[in-house]
Amino acid sequence: MYSLSGRTAIAGIGATEFSKDSGRSELRLAADAVFAALDDAGVAPAEVDGLVTFTQDANDEIAVARETGIGELTFFSRVPYGGGAACGTVLQAAMAVATGAASTVVCYRAFNERSGSRFGRPSTGLGAEPSSLGAEMSWHVPHGLVTPAAWVAMVARRYMHAYGATSEDFGRVAVAMRRHAATNPAAWFHGRPITLEEHQRSRWIVEPLHLLDCCQESDGAVALVVTSAERARDLRHRPAVVTGAVQGSGAGQMMMTGFYRGDMTGLPEMGVVARGLWEMSGLAPADVQTAILYDHFTPFVLLQLEELGFCARGEARDLVAGGGIELDGGLPVNPHGGQLGEAYIHGMNGIAEAVRQIRGTAANQVTGVHNVLVTAGTGVPTSALVLSTP
Amino acid sequence: MTTVEPAVHRRLAELAERRIELGETRGLPAADPVNLPMIRHWAEAMGDTNPAYTDEEFAAAGPHGEIVAPPAMIQVWTMPGRGGGRPAPTPIDDVLAALDEAGFTGVVATDCRQTYHRYLRLGERPVPGTRLSGMTGPKTTALGLGYFVTWVITWYVADEPVAEMMFRVLKFRPPERGPAAAARDPYPLRPAVGRDTAFFWEGVRQGELRIQKCAGCGTLRHPPGPVCPSCRSTERAHVVASGRGEVFSYVVHHAPPVPGLATPFVVAVVQLPEGVRIVGNVVECEPAKVEIGMPVRVTFREMDDEFVLPVWSPAES
Repeated sequence: MYSLSGRTAIAGIGATEFSKDSGRSELRLAADAVFAALDDAGVAPAEVDGLVTFTQDANDEIAVARETGIGELTFFSRVPYGGGAACGTVLQAAMAVATGAASTVVCYRAFNERSGSRFGRPSTGLGAEPSSLGAEMSWHVPHGLVTPAAWVAMVARRYMHAYGATSEDFGRVAVAMRRHAATNPAAWFHGRPITLEEHQRSRWIVEPLHLLDCCQESDGAVALVVTSAERARDLRHRPAVVTGAVQGSGAGQMMMTGFYRGDMTGLPEMGVVARGLWEMSGLAPADVQTAILYDHFTPFVLLQLEELGFCARGEARDLVAGGGIELDGGLPVNPHGGQLGEAYIHGMNGIAEAVRQIRGTAANQVTGVHNVLVTAGTGVPTSALVLSTP
Repeated sequence: MTTVEPAVHRRLAELAERRIELGETRGLPAADPVNLPMIRHWAEAMGDTNPAYTDEEFAAAGPHGEIVAPPAMIQVWTMPGRGGGRPAPTPIDDVLAALDEAGFTGVVATDCRQTYHRYLRLGERPVPGTRLSGMTGPKTTALGLGYFVTWVITWYVADEPVAEMMFRVLKFRPPERGPAAAARDPYPLRPAVGRDTAFFWEGVRQGELRIQKCAGCGTLRHPPGPVCPSCRSTERAHVVASGRGEVFSYVVHHAPPVPGLATPFVVAVVQLPEGVRIVGNVVECEPAKVEIGMPVRVTFREMDDEFVLPVWSPAES
């Protein structure tokens, strides 16, 4: 059977600075990140023939191509469902390269998510004859269930009830991420670790979530260059080979509001992704040296550890309390500090960190890295990667 | 405000007591004697074509032997006109004024019952007598906290009672303008209503919590959709939920502010005994007292002049 595994690689990564007010347009941010990624790979803009981004991105592929001198495109594609798209952009690029639809594809995400349109603000605008998403939202918006924090909190409460997890269990995730960010110079929270007490004292956003359970909002952009594994070997850096790339949506899936399915204590979409990822890569959780888990809100880090098979259901809190996700733990999670600590670039900065871990150039480098797991946003149709050394 | 200050209640109750003891006060006799032109206008306006009221010959041959006034006109004869002088004082006036002063400025008539002892004849001049018969309250009503005030008017010709009317009003405190109901501003958190979901919101307006039921295979489904995922039927029906439920999960929203709602507020996923879950606010309960497994019951809350939302209150298990 044909497999995508091992055929392509991420050969270049680029990013802008991460800030709260970039002072420039989102298109400019996109162009800056694309240039940085191409320069990192040692690839000229004219060699790029494919672009992939999120449906939520405000910068059209043709606009990014114009600004960066990319020229002609033979492949362009977008991945829907918010932050769930992140690793999906690499899957799209890898499929294009593997099938010959394109030879060199850049994935990008650029936004002024803090100084411009903030996702944390209530989204209440719904139309008349609704889109399917509008119809879905209409079961929640009238009741004031209108923010990502609230949607996650609803699942978190049920998870706490089912397994006896506490706010402190969530807090330990935030503390670990901020500790990692503290020694990452690119992180917004560089040099600013927090304690569990500070987490517990931080104000309620949506109970059971405190402020410090919620990731930051950031301005910035990240771009990735995907090409064939063969070609990547001849480029500037050690390639991060795409060993596994999977998208997944669960049965009865909704956008952050999967309240009507199952026992509401898991992330079924990540379960779908996990099965596909281990199958495609031929690996198991024990083969991964570090994991980049999408941490928009702390509770879903616990649920992902369980869905991905790093521990049994309900036991992620023990894994975390035992230091398992720390830099010196059994599975260092988000050595860059994650979106809680480094920046919230919709998961794309996590993919860049995974590439650095493969290259051995990360600020908080984990030793002996061969395989890195990366996940995208959960609660929505999601995606994940396993990146490996050649 | 949901209670009446004890001193205010005492003052109102004592005043009502004194006015009830006063008994009946006679008012001014009818400005005009019972007459054919007023009867004709009233009967035409009401669409009452009974010739006993307007046709002299017919009336002469009838049981009364002469024209009589429609009994339901009784109030018409002594009702003070708009431009006239001050109406005669009644024992009700002070009580209504005292209620206004205490903030019970809203008024709505709740009961009116008339009893007719005999027909009035042309030329008679009825005289009203008014007595306060009761005041009860404070009562919590849908309109607000209020008192029911009841009085009886008896109409006399000479000293013969010809008709009586019991009249009851609710004097209420209009609810203070909360953030959700400020001057009935349109509630900002409107759903998008489309072909596949209109039945639900129509039901809510009628006080029904509707769950979509497949007319093909009977499967219940919420949130609803245009096609049954079990049997592909597009014949969509619904059942009306019992209105009972249990909190399956919940959140307490503190920040950021949400237009149309005052924080903190509770949103829950409610498990219905019918087998589906639905999202809604838990109201009439301290957020700290909400818990998973708590029994709740649906009620319907007007969020503005048009939009009704199902909400959930604590229920006995």
